[in-house]
Amino acid sequence: MMMIFGIPLQAFLGQLLIGLINGSFYALLSLGLAVIFGLLRVINFAHGAQYMLGAFAALLLLSYLGINYWVALIIAPLLVGLFGAIVERTMLSRLYKLDPLYGLLFTFGLALTIEGTFRYLYGAAGQPYSVPPALAGGTNLGFMFLPIYRGWVVVVSLVACIGTWLLIEKTRLGAYLRAATEDTVLVQAFGINVPLLLTLTYGLGSALAAFAGVLAAPIYQVSPLMGTNIIIVVFAVVVVGGMGSIMGAIVTGYMLGIAEGLTKVFYPEASNIVIFVIMAVVLLLRPAGLFGKDA
Amino acid sequence: MKPLLQLGNLNAWYGESHVLHGVDMTVGEGEMVTILGRNGVGKTTTLRTIMGIIRERKGEIRFDGRDMLSVPLHRTAHAGIGFVPEERGIFATLSVEENLMLPPVVAEGGMPLDEIYELFPNLLERRTSPGTKLSGGEQQMLAMARILRTGVRLLILDEPTEGLAPVIVQRIGEVLKKLKARGMTVLLVEQNFRFASKIADRFYLMDHGKMVADFPVAQLPERMGMLNTVLGV
Repeated sequence: MMMIFGIPLQAFLGQLLIGLINGSFYALLSLGLAVIFGLLRVINFAHGAQYMLGAFAALLLLSYLGINYWVALIIAPLLVGLFGAIVERTMLSRLYKLDPLYGLLFTFGLALTIEGTFRYLYGAAGQPYSVPPALAGGTNLGFMFLPIYRGWVVVVSLVACIGTWLLIEKTRLGAYLRAATEDTVLVQAFGINVPLLLTLTYGLGSALAAFAGVLAAPIYQVSPLMGTNIIIVVFAVVVVGGMGSIMGAIVTGYMLGIAEGLTKVFYPEASNIVIFVIMAVVLLLRPAGLFGKDA
Repeated sequence: MKPLLQLGNLNAWYGESHVLHGVDMTVGEGEMVTILGRNGVGKTTTLRTIMGIIRERKGEIRFDGRDMLSVPLHRTAHAGIGFVPEERGIFATLSVEENLMLPPVVAEGGMPLDEIYELFPNLLERRTSPGTKLSGGEQQMLAMARILRTGVRLLILDEPTEGLAPVIVQRIGEVLKKLKARGMTVLLVEQNFRFASKIADRFYLMDHGKMVADFPVAQLPERMGMLNTVLGV
């Protein structure tokens, strides 16, 4: 049997794949957080709850309306994005002139409210969501067995990340967003409706979280606490990548997912803390993060 | 000359501070008007109040007969007023061309891109560079050029020559003369009196948050004594 650093190749690649899948979720979620923080300067603590809402939306659409995974992959992010836009327009927008701490406290309260409501309605236990038939099963790559759905998650999250990056870096709308990040008042003086841009941005960030939630539903169980479990790691990813950096969020998401996966192979005891150790080291050496403006 | 911009008894506040004390001013269509005054008398504040950046304001602001006091900041440009701020406002995360294309076109008649590049050839050469990598003079050109694209009828410029080399100041003067020849209305705040005296049709002198004198360029020689006293030129 082929070995890498004393570890069987199959085990090594298996953990690499798990790391890549986790990294896909970290990247998608931290991307949404970075988009929101970049423009709104709000640390969106409700991001984990919005991820959970996406997964629940897929589950409820299937249970009550018979809407399948593929349609849910579009509808759930739209619904959660709309919910996010309403929250921003009616509540969050009132806090922009105050200390950023108020935005953090508001979204923290919102997350607790959403999660508490879902725990009351559906209980704390996870509920299964089946892999769509077209993506069921797996394929033998010779050196490892690849579940098709997990391969799909890696590919589709990569496409979503690149698509969002292109939207922000290469389009007129993205130029508005980047300019508004630097000087909101001047951008408004140019005739751009920045309050609308802020609403759309929060909606987009929420929709990205919900998209990750739908992708996660068949892998992890759909549970009111699924967002709480992942959001702390995602915050670490955003800090390592550089607060507000889109490319930083994407690259660091995958990188830390893989680092976590490989730690499970070489030193499993440290796998739960490796991301936070990396975060501490990065903060000491580059406080603005790997891709932050001061880096 | 048909008035394009009219200010009547305009007052403005920064929080508790009352900074404009009843500004009266008229800018005619196609005119180039310069506001003169020492530092801190309210020149920049007047421009920012016209744009709607300062929202605590009372009095009258009319643009082409339309009341602008209730117009939100992001609709001011759509009414036909373009603003080039003192700090130029070039965005670091945008390339020169992205900076140039950022303000939306608000009306027909804006300067086409190829004409802009003809007027400011440096911008064409450096169109892919980050905006803030340009020299001060080039940044000023870019700040002006991006507003010319939009088709606004009134161009508001805040201290366009500040901190620039004489050769660049001369170039900006030439550009403003070209704009005037095209019929563009320009309202300018300028500390460089010699520069302003060569291009403006009319002057307002500002002191303590209001206009204290208004005269055409032809009266400049007889007003020099007063200007020397107020501005120390």
